[in-house]
Amino acid sequence: MAVNALKDYPLRVMDGVDKYRGDWLINVGWDQHLMFCAPFMWPLPPAMRFGDLVEKIMPASFGAHPDFARIDWSKVEWLKSGKPWTPDFEKSIEENGLYHKDSLRFRTPGLNGIKGSGS
Amino acid sequence: MDMPTTKKKLGIKERYALMTRGLDWETSYQPMDKVFPYAQFEGIKIHDWDKWEDPFRLTMDAYWKYQAEKERKLYAILDAFNQNNGHLGVTDARYVNTLKLFLNGISPLEYMAHRGFAHVGRQFPGVGPRVACQMQSLDELRHAQTQIHSMSNYNKYYNGLHSPTEMIQKVWYMSVPRSFFDDAYTAGPFEFMVAIGFSFEYVLTNLLFVPFVSGAAYNGDMGAMTFGFSAQSDEARHMTLGLECIRFMLEQDPDNIPIVQKWIDKWTWRGIRVLTLVAMMMDYMLPKKVMSWKEAWEIYFEENAGALFNDLARYGIKMPECAKQAFIDKDHISHQAWATFYQYSGISNFHSWLPSEEDKDWLSAKYPDTFDKYYRPRFEHWEAEAKEGRRFYNTTLPQLCQVCQIPMIFTEPDDPTQICYRESDFGGEKYHFCSDHCKHIFDDEPEKYVQAWMPAQQIYQGNCFPEGADPTAPDFNAVEEVLKYYNIHNGRDNMDYVGSEDEKNFAEWRQTSTKN
Repeated sequence: MAVNALKDYPLRVMDGVDKYRGDWLINVGWDQHLMFCAPFMWPLPPAMRFGDLVEKIMPASFGAHPDFARIDWSKVEWLKSGKPWTPDFEKSIEENGLYHKDSLRFRTPGLNGIKGSGS
Repeated sequence: MDMPTTKKKLGIKERYALMTRGLDWETSYQPMDKVFPYAQFEGIKIHDWDKWEDPFRLTMDAYWKYQAEKERKLYAILDAFNQNNGHLGVTDARYVNTLKLFLNGISPLEYMAHRGFAHVGRQFPGVGPRVACQMQSLDELRHAQTQIHSMSNYNKYYNGLHSPTEMIQKVWYMSVPRSFFDDAYTAGPFEFMVAIGFSFEYVLTNLLFVPFVSGAAYNGDMGAMTFGFSAQSDEARHMTLGLECIRFMLEQDPDNIPIVQKWIDKWTWRGIRVLTLVAMMMDYMLPKKVMSWKEAWEIYFEENAGALFNDLARYGIKMPECAKQAFIDKDHISHQAWATFYQYSGISNFHSWLPSEEDKDWLSAKYPDTFDKYYRPRFEHWEAEAKEGRRFYNTTLPQLCQVCQIPMIFTEPDDPTQICYRESDFGGEKYHFCSDHCKHIFDDEPEKYVQAWMPAQQIYQGNCFPEGADPTAPDFNAVEEVLKYYNIHNGRDNMDYVGSEDEKNFAEWRQTSTKN
């Protein structure tokens, strides 16, 4: 539905893809690890290798959790917009079919947070 | 010769009628619908503005008299409290952090409420709401000022209270209360009245003011407590205005019912999300606790608002759908919010800390179904980490909900271990939400919410650094620069309470005031 307004209501998108000097915002959340209160968001170059996001960016953000070092990345289950999804670590973010403001989640079966509490 | 009078004094009703009705006229240079351009576009149909009844029938002379009396008392108590170093009598300096939350996050809203009611008072063609909104507009301005006066004494001794007008516009989490008000303020006058006059001032107000005022009383803060009591009679009037406005709209035309219901649904949820901050304040920030958030929710929402919606049923108005989720969420949101501020304490203007053993036991008792199972392990893990010198500070920016602007911290109603993810596509881009209800609000007016000033996105766009900062410089420290832009003094206003200047000073001053 459109906004009910007195005059024309011009579209003003605050966080469009043009606002980040060529980077895309990518969101990643780690299921059942709510010690990190919310998913993280980073501005990343679309040409970045997906594996670099996992190996170079994510450790600085998720590494504080004792489960992080135990992750077997070959067994991780990924979701994109809530649906199962398989990334290719060697391909770029763009080649993996991702786009600005996409939302990813990953699950680490067997690793369920502090004392299995989902934290 | 004395003039004979038949009657000494006019009654309140007659005086009110003479001082408010029939003083204006139909304009001749421009048609009336151009003079009141906001009166019709929202689709609300009003056939007879004279049906608006003002239950208070307050005229300006009476208004000034009552308020002057109240404020004389308030300022006398404030003076006495301040002169006697009342701040040293509070339970613990942790308490002052609730004032930081209030002064920075709520008092500026009072000022915006003043402008909002002045605006809708001007835009409503009817005289009843015009007069009532004018009084409320003045109340809100007084509240902003008296709150600032009540709390300014703390600014002399404690950190993080030095720049509320700046912080409400810049600091990340302030975008939650600010966007709530922006949303209402940029709506039409009828929606504003449902948003602020009814949903906030009537349905949810007790959940904001009672916890803060009782919290002040329980924790020895005579200043903030007195302000609260002083505002109470105004709040009672605001509640009545909010309810009268709803009743009036519903009685004027049956076509108004679905529009009003949509606004009640939206603004109840918007308000509930903002109140997450109050939930956390009650359960984690008050050294001496009043009651749990859950208990407050049960009394002031489930019982009181439940009764209200039963009364409104005769107009065809139903309890908002979101109440079902709020019923589940009452067991979780305070813990989730405090865990958020604990980890993002490096970029906040108030301190956070871990709950003590006693606090944790209190939380277990108040939240028997959730605290031990989901939240105690998190806090105990952080406790162990802090003991090892690894106090957990999260330094990566979170994904935010596009509507309430709270980080996506809330869990699925049926699974407290799973973050709730919702999204919509609009104009070729994705937008993310914390809940079905925030998504629903977005989907109804996407053009409005794509304009949201999202604090994390703004930082990444480079808009939250001080002038002259150079993000390309090799030694550029983004966090330091954002704190400078926020006017948060790094190492003094932010981070853990343990080891803070507030903690140290309070202990020293209290010692000096009670011992030789």
